[in-house]
Parts: sequence; structure tokens; C-alpha cells
Amino acid sequence: MDSRVQRPSYLDQAQAVRERFDRLKARDVILTVRNLGKVFKARNRETVALRDISFTTHRREFLCVVGPSGCGKSTLIRILAGLDEQTSGDVLLEGKPVAGPGRDRGMVFQGYTLFPWLTVKKNVMFGLEVNNDGATDAEAQARQWLDLVGLEKFADAYPYQLSGGMKQRVAIVRALANQPRILLMDEPFGALDAQTRARMQAHLLEIWRKIDITIVFITHDLDEAIFLADRILVLKPHPGEVQELIEVPVPRPRRLDQCTTDDFMATRERLEELIHRGQPDRDDAEGAPEVDHYPALTRLTDVTDNVE
Amino acid sequence: MKRTKWFQVRKPLSPASRTLFGILSFVVPLTIWSLVSYVPWIWHPQVLISNPGSVGYLKPGMRANRAVFEQEVETAIANGAAPPEGRPANPVYLPAPHEVATAFYTSFTAAPETRDGVWLHESLWHSIQIIFWGFLISSLIGVPLGILSGAYPAAARMTEPFTEFFRYLPAPAFGALAVAILGIYDGPKIAIIVIGTLFQQILIIANTTRQLDVALVEAALTLGTKRRQMLPRVVIPGVLPNLYRDQRILLGWAWTYLIVAELIGTSTGITWFITQQARYQHFANVYAAIMMIGIIGLGADMALAKLGTRLFPWDRTEATS
Repeated sequence: MDSRVQRPSYLDQAQAVRERFDRLKARDVILTVRNLGKVFKARNRETVALRDISFTTHRREFLCVVGPSGCGKSTLIRILAGLDEQTSGDVLLEGKPVAGPGRDRGMVFQGYTLFPWLTVKKNVMFGLEVNNDGATDAEAQARQWLDLVGLEKFADAYPYQLSGGMKQRVAIVRALANQPRILLMDEPFGALDAQTRARMQAHLLEIWRKIDITIVFITHDLDEAIFLADRILVLKPHPGEVQELIEVPVPRPRRLDQCTTDDFMATRERLEELIHRGQPDRDDAEGAPEVDHYPALTRLTDVTDNVE
Repeated sequence: MKRTKWFQVRKPLSPASRTLFGILSFVVPLTIWSLVSYVPWIWHPQVLISNPGSVGYLKPGMRANRAVFEQEVETAIANGAAPPEGRPANPVYLPAPHEVATAFYTSFTAAPETRDGVWLHESLWHSIQIIFWGFLISSLIGVPLGILSGAYPAAARMTEPFTEFFRYLPAPAFGALAVAILGIYDGPKIAIIVIGTLFQQILIIANTTRQLDVALVEAALTLGTKRRQMLPRVVIPGVLPNLYRDQRILLGWAWTYLIVAELIGTSTGITWFITQQARYQHFANVYAAIMMIGIIGLGADMALAKLGTRLFPWDRTEATS
């Protein structure tokens, strides 16, 4: 049942897109990940979470990391943030090895991590205050950042008074206020409803365009990845390894209606192929990690009008 | 007919029902007490003699067992003598609500029974001071130690196993020791309250501190928070509303040690008042004094709860319950 339309390959790039990628790759390398590995030891069992991950990102690049659950994408971003330590390999930020968390790498988490005891403005000022620079104009800076995401009216509200989307906008500017070299985002829109999510994606691109920031964005939503990313790092599970680093051929600026274009569809097909391939046979080969398999159900009702 | 929500598990009540049940929680025990006190055929195992009649050993104002009284009445009638008279009464240790209510006022106005005695308000004030100092000393040690244990596993391992052991030792058991060390006045009393409160306090505060969402700590780390900033900037503000709630519960705990503490060495404070009044069989006063402890305790807690909502406007725990 080959119903597939013949499309141009996801590898074909329009002239403008190719030139963009050339310019992007000519920029400085911000983040280098070299032969990164992570092994979790639990009593007498070792689980390889990441194996031999290598990639680089350039200044002002938007990199998405996708992969099925269990591929270690969260572990990867936690290592980049310095919250976990790798077992082997290096993470270099502008050539310098990363040791522990630091203000040069901002992070936005999936859960809401605004400090509930601080007002929105104070949350944004937090990074500036703990780093003790320009405490005099921290407030002015915070206001500017809130202005950027249109939340200046909520400067004195507490986080509990905000909606989920607003909380994540504050979390983004809280991280950005520190002027990090790179912004790490771990499924930041995962808890939001579909509409808010779409608006947040567009909003994030807006922010990214306006400031000098490199973004590493983890998601399991393929459309989200294609919509946002310059390049997509595809991981596969058990153990987490790089499958492919895809250059997204969809031209910028991105619009929501691009999701029906050939470029978009071709990229999506490729991503699905990568993610769905390798999963079942991998489990057989590896034999071990208990995979969640869904049993064939027996019929439990005797009504005759079938629902399908 | 509207189906009632009263018997649905965890279903929130309407404000009206909340108020209703809140009032009932006091009205029900008060009603039971009133029934037992005022309805002559409920309980009333004794008879208060108003006229001894021909029975020699009975005196007016005396309480006799009902069976004895009835037998005396029968005997007197059978002998043609004047039967004793009286009305059903409860034992002296169960005064009626109105007697206790009166005692609330009169026990304050009544002069001390002995020359060296103290007035009730002085007794109460003394008790409050004992509680205050005991709880303050306990908190000065217990709160910092609890927060450290909750934040740093190393500190927890250093304090908690011993604390777990020590909290099983009953505080009153240290009474004699405390007197030997601290004398017979307020020192040992405060010590008993400290011993009774401190060890629970360390464990409870540590546990509360551990409830802090690790994600907040991680978020703070990625924002460049240094180690020494973590406690004052993240951990303490993060747990403060819960810590405050713990302190309120622990203060109630301290009150429960008060009576035992005040019996150690020279009896003082409200305990002295209670034992004195019991000795004179002024049970209405005894009940009034016991209730005063409850009223002061509940009143203080409600005031602190009110203060808490002012202090922590971001705290949602109270609002959602």
C-alpha cells in the first residue's frame, strides 16, 4: 500500500536555505560535544544511557534534539547544563570544558520552576542578583525582559497567578536575563495545551531572532522540532546514540502553514522513519531492557454493532 | 432532592456546610455535657440532700448515693418518721456548664486561698512564660539543625539516627535529673519542654525541608547560584511557609508538656492553680482552668495562622485545603 506521494528528498535544500546553512556553519562554534557517554550504575546492573554522542552547534543556531522515550535526551541536556556528570567524553562551551552548572548556560525545564516566593520581576532578577552584577539596574533589566515577552503588567504578580504559558515565558526570560551563551530547553512546552504551545513556539522564534542566543531544545514532538530547528539531532534509544543530524530544509521565517509544504513533509517522513525504525528489532537484539508492549485484546463485549 | 455531598470521599464542602459543621463540632460535646448535667433522669447517680428528715447522718448539702438515699426514704416511711428530701445530682467532679462558665469569671476575681498564693492571671502568665522560653530555646537549636539536615544528607546522617533514638525517651523521665542540674524553679520546667519538643522538631523540620522541589534547586544552579547562596536564597524561602506551619503544630506540642513540666520541682503556674482548686474540690474552677489552656492554645494558633497568610502571600497550601 504505497500511498506515498513522490516528494523531493529532505536532503534537497532551496538555494536560500543552503546559503543560510553555509552562513550558519561559518559562525563560531559555541558548543562542542565529543564522544559523550553516560552509564548509570544501579547495584550490579549497568545501563548505558548515552554512547559516543558527538555534535557541534554554532552561534545563534537553533538545534532540536528528538528521539523516542528512553533515548537519553534529558540526560544529555542535564549533562550540558552541568546538573549531571558524564561518564566519558567532553562538553566544551566556546572551547572551554564545562564543569558543573553555571550562568553561561541557561536552562528552561519542563515543569514550572519559577520560585513561588518571588514575584515575576524578582524571579527574572534572581540570576542577576546571585551573580551580583549591576544590582543597581537589575530591576530595569528585568522590566525590559518582561517587556520583551509582554508580561510587564505581571511584574509584581506571584507565579501562582500566571497561566502555564506565562510561567514558561517568565522562565525563558529568567534564563536569558543572565545573558548565557546558550539556552538549554528540556521539553519546555510539554505541559502546555495545544494552542498555547503553538503560540509559544512562534514566540520563542521571535525571541531567538531578536537576541544573540544559541538554543538546544529537547522535544518529542516532531512537528515542533521541524518548526523550530535549524538542525535536528535524532537520537535512538538503548543506548542513546546519534542517528542523524538533519538540516531542516524548511525556509525561514517559519510560519505555521508551512507544515503542509513538501520540505516539511519530507523532513517529517524522514524523522518518523528514523524514530520508528530500529525500535523493535533493537529490543530483540539487545534482549534486555523490558519494553512496554501492548497485548492484543480479546473482545469483552457481545454487542453486535461494531464501533469500527 | 439535591444529593448531599457529605458522604463523598474528599468532596469539598460548601462554605455554609463548613461553617455548620465547624459550629457543630463544639455544639455536640456541649450538648452532651448539658444533657448529662440538666436532665435529672440522665445519669445523676447521687442525691443532693436538702432536708435530712429523720436520718441522723445526712446533712443538708451532702451528696448521697441514690440507692442509699432511696433505702433511707423507704425505711423512714416504714417507721413513720420524716423521710429525707433531696434532688438528683451528679458527683461533685462533674459541674454543670453554667457553673464552669461562672467559674471562668470568679476564678479570676477570687483572691488566693493562701497567703503565699497567686492570682489566676499570675499563674497563667507564668505558664505562658515557661512555654515561651521552652519553645524559643528548642526552636533556636531545632530549626537550624532541621534545615541543615533537610538540605545536606551528611548533616542528616550526623543528627537523625541519634535524634530518632532520643525522641523515644519520655521527657518527664528527665524530671529528677533536670531538678538536680537546674534547681527547683523554672529551669527544669523549661528543660522538660525543650526535651519534649526539640527532638521531634529536628526531624519534622528536616522532613519539611526535604519536601522542597529539587527542580527549584536545579533551576537556581543553572542561574549561577553558588553553594553558600543556596540555603538563604532558595532552600529557606522555599520551605518557609511549611516550616511556619510546622512551628505552629510544634507549639501545640509544647503545651502538652506544660502540665508535666510544671509539676517538676515546685508546682507553679496553671498546674499549681489546678491542683490547688482540686484539693478544695472546686471542680468548676479546675474545668475552667483546663479550658483556658485550650482557649489560649487555639487562640494563639488561629492568630498565628492569620499572621501566616499575611507573611506568605504566595503560599497556596492553605487556600486550596
